[in-house]
Amino acid sequence: MSLLSVKNLRVTFNTEVGVVEAVRGVSFDLGRERLGIVGESGSGKTMTGRAVLRLIRPPGRIDADAMTFDGQDILNASEAQMRALRGPRMAMVMQDPKFSLNPVMRVGAQLMEGLRQRDRVGRAEAEAKAVAALDAVQIRDPDRVMQAYPHELSGGMGQRVMIAMMLIPNPDLLIADEPTSALDVTVQAEVLAILDALVRDRGMGLIFISHDLRLVARFCDRVLVMYKGRVVEELAAKDLLHAKHPYTKGLLNCLPRIGGTRGPLPGLDRNAEWAS
Amino acid sequence: MRNGRVDGAGDGYRNCSLGKLARNIGFASPPLVGGGRGRGLLDRRNPPTPALPTGGREGRCRNLLPRNSTLVRSVPLIEITNLSVTFAANGRKVRAVEDVSLNVAAQESFGLVGESGSGKSTILRAICGLAPISAGSIRINGEPVKSPRGRAFSVQVQMVFQDPYASLHPRHTIDRCLSEPLAIHGIPDTDQRVMTALTDVGLPTSFRFRYPHQLSGGQRQRVAIARALMLKPAILLLDEPTSALDASVQAEVLNLLSRLRTERGLTFLMVSHDLAVIDHMCDRVLVMQNGRAVEELTRDALANARMKTAYARTLFTASADRMLQG
Repeated sequence: MSLLSVKNLRVTFNTEVGVVEAVRGVSFDLGRERLGIVGESGSGKTMTGRAVLRLIRPPGRIDADAMTFDGQDILNASEAQMRALRGPRMAMVMQDPKFSLNPVMRVGAQLMEGLRQRDRVGRAEAEAKAVAALDAVQIRDPDRVMQAYPHELSGGMGQRVMIAMMLIPNPDLLIADEPTSALDVTVQAEVLAILDALVRDRGMGLIFISHDLRLVARFCDRVLVMYKGRVVEELAAKDLLHAKHPYTKGLLNCLPRIGGTRGPLPGLDRNAEWAS
Repeated sequence: MRNGRVDGAGDGYRNCSLGKLARNIGFASPPLVGGGRGRGLLDRRNPPTPALPTGGREGRCRNLLPRNSTLVRSVPLIEITNLSVTFAANGRKVRAVEDVSLNVAAQESFGLVGESGSGKSTILRAICGLAPISAGSIRINGEPVKSPRGRAFSVQVQMVFQDPYASLHPRHTIDRCLSEPLAIHGIPDTDQRVMTALTDVGLPTSFRFRYPHQLSGGQRQRVAIARALMLKPAILLLDEPTSALDASVQAEVLNLLSRLRTERGLTFLMVSHDLAVIDHMCDRVLVMQNGRAVEELTRDALANARMKTAYARTLFTASADRMLQG
């Protein structure tokens, strides 16, 4: 049985100017594998991820034919049931460390908060676990980072802190929203290796949201390509670089290449028909 | 910690003053308008007398491009010699940049590449006076930079910051953001110049009275580029100008930068961690690690993998999926 199953997911926002449909009928099944979701900004990939965790607040609305996580209906689960799931069972690494970490709380306190409150772990043990988690995401000076405020960290370190925070409760499903966009290639490789090990060794399911097609092609097993709230193409990651759909091709072609010509990069061709 | 420096220190934010704190939590990295503190739009009412008749301003800027003079051509436009930047953090010394030298000729595009915390952004910040220089010298067009940088400097050198969400003042309209440098420098024709600046970066003039939150990331970065070009500088310092943007928007912004560089004969000093972006934009590139210069490569050497040092090769191998295929 699959870990997560989503049927015909729709996310709508009732705004002053009418109903905005951010996600329009997305369906997918996730086993204990690495699923990539790619697309440009505004294509609904983040909203899909947030909807799975039911993290969309009114006026946003989540509709679906069915949404189950490990056999449990999460579409109609109560808030208390969802709270019990979020963290220990399913977790999300948010995109921007600048807005997702508490700016007036030290990193260490934020990492330990869940352990202290939810798991009732003692202070010394929580601290040891937090330091170990920072160590696991290749932060070289975890004791200093524990004492630092988020603004004192670079973007790359902030992202790693958030990954560490989500890995502490050991979830079965991790939704990672652009987890490596602020990291340079060498650190990116390290962080991906950590995520990869978790999927392989612990059988975690991973939804990897990114706009970097080359990265997704290399790292994931399966890829959904989203455009204007719809999945326009689903394919095995190894075939991504030879995609058939013109939108996916366009996303690939607008990337600069080492040794390429230095002429203008082709813009992305957007065709309204693909979204219908 | 590694080699006595703190990881991530390249951002140079450790010794925070309140102003820096405000910048880091997301408010305006100030435009490099020069003219000192406490000057803002008030100057519009009482503009300082221009040193030259207003027509002469264009002339002055153009003179910075050593096109006609063979004498000036031999001097690099940006000359950095043995630059070191040291911050004091919690009583510890953090060496963000150590003994880096580089020369950029007029109208050249020079890249700095390396992992986060390697000091590449700090070099740009040091040029602008946003990071303290502890040793070495920076010369622009043969002249050592003054401290504080002053108006003459901001006419020559402008910077585009990494994060377009943090580098525009959230409560100033695009119009105010673009006209402030003009007001400070006493340049007339604000109206016309703001409109032209918007058109030049491919934005409709109807955006003029919008606030930054009403624009997308790519549009904001275009505003940031327009803002940097208001004073018609010869040198543009680009600090990861596209890393916060989507692939398709990145392509648009890179195309815009290439076009502006050709049209205006700009000199670029560009920081990026993406070798493919650097390769696309730059003639030469300096690879940095832990605040030190590792290796300087020409574009050909980069494309054909003729690097000599192990670190440059590691970086290149990690970017293998960014190579031109087939």
